[in-house]
Amino acid sequence: MTATTTAPPPGRGPDVGSKEEQPYIERAKKRHTGPKLLGILVVWLVLYAAFKGQMTRAMGIQDTNELHNKINEARDWVQLHGADNWFFGGVLGTIGDFLNWLVTQFQELISIPAPPRPVPEIGWLGVVALAAWVSYVLAGRRPAIMVTLSFLLFGIFGLWSDSMDTLIITGLSVAICIVIGIPVGVWMARSKAASAVITPVLDLMQTIPAFCYLAPAALFFGIGASAAMVLTIIYAVPPLIRITEHGIRSVSPTTVEAARSMGLTSSQMLRQVELPMARRTIVVGINQCTMAALSMATIAALVNGPGLGKPVVAALQVLNVGAASVAGLAIVVMAIMLDRTTTAASERTTGRTNVASASGLSVMLTGVVIERLPRWATEEAGRGQQRPRVTAAGRWLLYGVLFIPVLICIYLSRNQIDYAEFPDTSDTPVLKWISGPELTNGINNFTDWFVGNVDSFTIALKNDVTKWLINPLQDLLSLSPWWLMAGVLLAVAYVLGGWRPTAVTLACEVVIFFTGLWNDTMITLAMTLVATLLVMLIAIVLGVAMGRSRKADVAIRPVLDAFQVIPPFVYLVPALALFEPSRFTAIVAATAYAFPIATKLVADGIRGVSPTTVEAARANGITRWQMIRKVQLPMSKESLVLATNQGLLYVLSMVVIGGMVGGGSLGYIVVLGFSQQELFGKGLAAGFAIAALGVMLDRIARYAAARAGR
Amino acid sequence: MGRGSARTRLMALAAVVGLGLTACGGGGISDTSASGGGDCGDLRIAVNPWTGYVSNAHVIGQIAKEKLGCNVTYPEVKEEVGWQGMASGDIDTVVENWGHEDLVKKYVDEQKSVEDAGKTGNEGLIGWFVPQWMADKYPDITDWHNLNKYASLFKTSESGGKGQLLDGDPSYVTNDEALVKNLNLDYQVVVGGSEAALLQSFKNAEKNKTPLLAYFYTPQWYAEVDGQSTPGVKDPIQIAHVALPKWTEGCDSDPAKVACDYPPYHLNKLIATKFADSGSPAVALIKNFNWTNEDQNTVSSYIGQDGMSPDDAAQKWIDANPDKVDAWLQGTGASSSPSS
Repeated sequence: MTATTTAPPPGRGPDVGSKEEQPYIERAKKRHTGPKLLGILVVWLVLYAAFKGQMTRAMGIQDTNELHNKINEARDWVQLHGADNWFFGGVLGTIGDFLNWLVTQFQELISIPAPPRPVPEIGWLGVVALAAWVSYVLAGRRPAIMVTLSFLLFGIFGLWSDSMDTLIITGLSVAICIVIGIPVGVWMARSKAASAVITPVLDLMQTIPAFCYLAPAALFFGIGASAAMVLTIIYAVPPLIRITEHGIRSVSPTTVEAARSMGLTSSQMLRQVELPMARRTIVVGINQCTMAALSMATIAALVNGPGLGKPVVAALQVLNVGAASVAGLAIVVMAIMLDRTTTAASERTTGRTNVASASGLSVMLTGVVIERLPRWATEEAGRGQQRPRVTAAGRWLLYGVLFIPVLICIYLSRNQIDYAEFPDTSDTPVLKWISGPELTNGINNFTDWFVGNVDSFTIALKNDVTKWLINPLQDLLSLSPWWLMAGVLLAVAYVLGGWRPTAVTLACEVVIFFTGLWNDTMITLAMTLVATLLVMLIAIVLGVAMGRSRKADVAIRPVLDAFQVIPPFVYLVPALALFEPSRFTAIVAATAYAFPIATKLVADGIRGVSPTTVEAARANGITRWQMIRKVQLPMSKESLVLATNQGLLYVLSMVVIGGMVGGGSLGYIVVLGFSQQELFGKGLAAGFAIAALGVMLDRIARYAAARAGR
Repeated sequence: MGRGSARTRLMALAAVVGLGLTACGGGGISDTSASGGGDCGDLRIAVNPWTGYVSNAHVIGQIAKEKLGCNVTYPEVKEEVGWQGMASGDIDTVVENWGHEDLVKKYVDEQKSVEDAGKTGNEGLIGWFVPQWMADKYPDITDWHNLNKYASLFKTSESGGKGQLLDGDPSYVTNDEALVKNLNLDYQVVVGGSEAALLQSFKNAEKNKTPLLAYFYTPQWYAEVDGQSTPGVKDPIQIAHVALPKWTEGCDSDPAKVACDYPPYHLNKLIATKFADSGSPAVALIKNFNWTNEDQNTVSSYIGQDGMSPDDAAQKWIDANPDKVDAWLQGTGASSSPSS
């Protein structure tokens, strides 16, 4: 399990290398993986030459099969009878109405006019003051400053009300995720059966593209905030559940045994031993859940979900890269603010030993990839929170005194229009340079200039990569008869991971076969592989630099954070301008989304190589290049495999976005399914095919990683 | 710190915040009630994601708000979801509909949850287009008979040695694959996947003078079709329509055998049956609403080019066209004499 190989054991610093401390174990029997793979390739090529283009199971864009039509019929039934049905109309409808009501209450408090007032109950000044105070109490001075600046930025960008909406939707969704997720995680940790049943469900929740259930969610829960929250929860709760399960399971068995011998009941055990000991991991889970929730902001806008997704989607319609970027930037600011503040808050309540931080956005299937942050990035690195040396009562007195200005701010924001509605700063000196319109123009001009200068080069690059890499690989995968491809995948799974991933592969192949989209799946697979290759090239170059030099790390890490959080919709238009609608454009978009996580994991691995080994190698006088190639990369092989695995899954999560810029195949079918009701069933089937592909590739890579780690 | 302290801290925090909020009760900023005098209630106009639609929606919405006193909201949804919303009661009206025969059959004919509310007056044109510079350089390219002659111009990395026909605005059922086959064209349909992809391709084609043959549609405020002028628009995208075999009634009834152009679209409005029966004065307004492509393009260019908010853009047009607005208000009970 990746979980156990990557999560640092509690209380251990990031710099504690583990590799050289393990006793030398005699190498298991040689597996001859390389020659076997080569053998598979030769057989494959021979059969491909013989049967090229036969039995590929290709299907026309508008064609459907029986399964697709069956799904359509089921959908039609629900649409016709849903409203009167006790479950669809009664239960789900009521939940939807309640969520809408709840969101409206919060919106009227801080983001939209609360009738009969022309403005919300609390204006921007009050909200900023309140947010600063809350973050100060929970997390400390530095987070409070950060929160204040972030909130002011939302206003200066001209996106105050959309930002508040996103904050509301994210906050409420995460709250519901916590209520659902933690109990389920605890249950899974305690019951093997529950874990076995729920894990595949979580896999599906995270791998089926949200586009597939966008229309049904709107149908069952109503258009707007309720559907948006349901989407968000479906996507954001799995990481929390997985990490909670992992946290509870990782509580030392000795401790549990000791507690049991003292006669603790099961619920006492949970409340007094397991939950407190797993608390830090659970906080990481909540953090992950928050980031995943935020990443749904743009998609939620497609069903009228309030928030920052709306300006992003609207700007995309008119190719306004600048406006989309400013809204995207607001999402990035919010993500960084929430991430750093929750991390700081958890460090405060749990002591200052926390060094693990979530690795950014939505961690897909594997769920628990916890990154070991470099020392400088943790609060421990010198400038950490100084716990004030005052008594609890003294501290509360301080908080109370500080609340008085907050009250004044709230009062002002209720009575003065300037403090209620965020003023337009586009004419204010200095501030105007970062105001929404100015930034929009600047980004648009820059993009035009940049694109105009490099597009002949980028289009040539696209043509070459397509001709020499994408086309041959796609032909090989999609023009091979289906039975040949099925056999090749099974053989590769077996050679890399043994019989277990082979069994999973077989099951996934059956699913893909019955979706009727075998050929499209193979095209998607080819593109996924090319994108993953690009991701790993970038990740190794950047990751090695970051792992070896703190300076490089400090410079690169914020860029990675931004790319992980910015909604991919933002860079679709520049990507189209640079590469035209094509499969390569889809690959570029996927690469941009996936390289940060892979880079971070590679850097993590390089940093984990024991300093003693590096020192010893250096003493032997090897060059820098030899050091990287002969020592650091081989010794972080396990991280490299893990980075590939994560890179692959992130790439796969971009298949649908890729379908919007010329990727075709499964991604485009999912988009079609959302747009054309006759193709709803086919779109859903494509979603299942993507999920099956994801599970298959994940399991192969995971077992391969386990072997590499041995 | 002890284990309990975090919880205490949170609870105390909640208490203090709650106290603070109640302490600050009482108004301040003067309350406003809905403007206008009528008894209209809510009006939820779906907004589909293209600028021409936004113009229709906000012109109707702005009149309903100002003259009829409706509380207007604009749920932003894709077309399919908009229909679904009318059926389920989340949406009252869709104010620019492009055919969608399958949806008409399902919701209007079978479920009877949606009604036709008349034409918008806008004429939609769907078809194949090339950038204007190509039509100037190769004058016979706008006739489909000559497309094969130029196929090699349109080759791209995606088209597998044939000419590329860029397609794939996912919202529309296109006949393009069948057309290419039935007209024996040496072309490959390549899917772009979004309206943005099509639009950006036309921009690139114009700027870099690269060849492009693509599925597209008008009215588009920024597009100058076959040299028709677009007053007030800076740098319009200039495109030319490629004529396919002329459309006749029924020539496209069998999707597999289609060999003719797309039909002309007389865009219409839709209204949820529940809303139509509600007695709202906005029903008559929506049914009466009718304007020209030029009107729509004017409002769209205010929004798309001048960066006005949709409401401001709509109001500007309303103020300039009182006669049209008057006509739409017939039967709503509202007087149209200028109030402000």
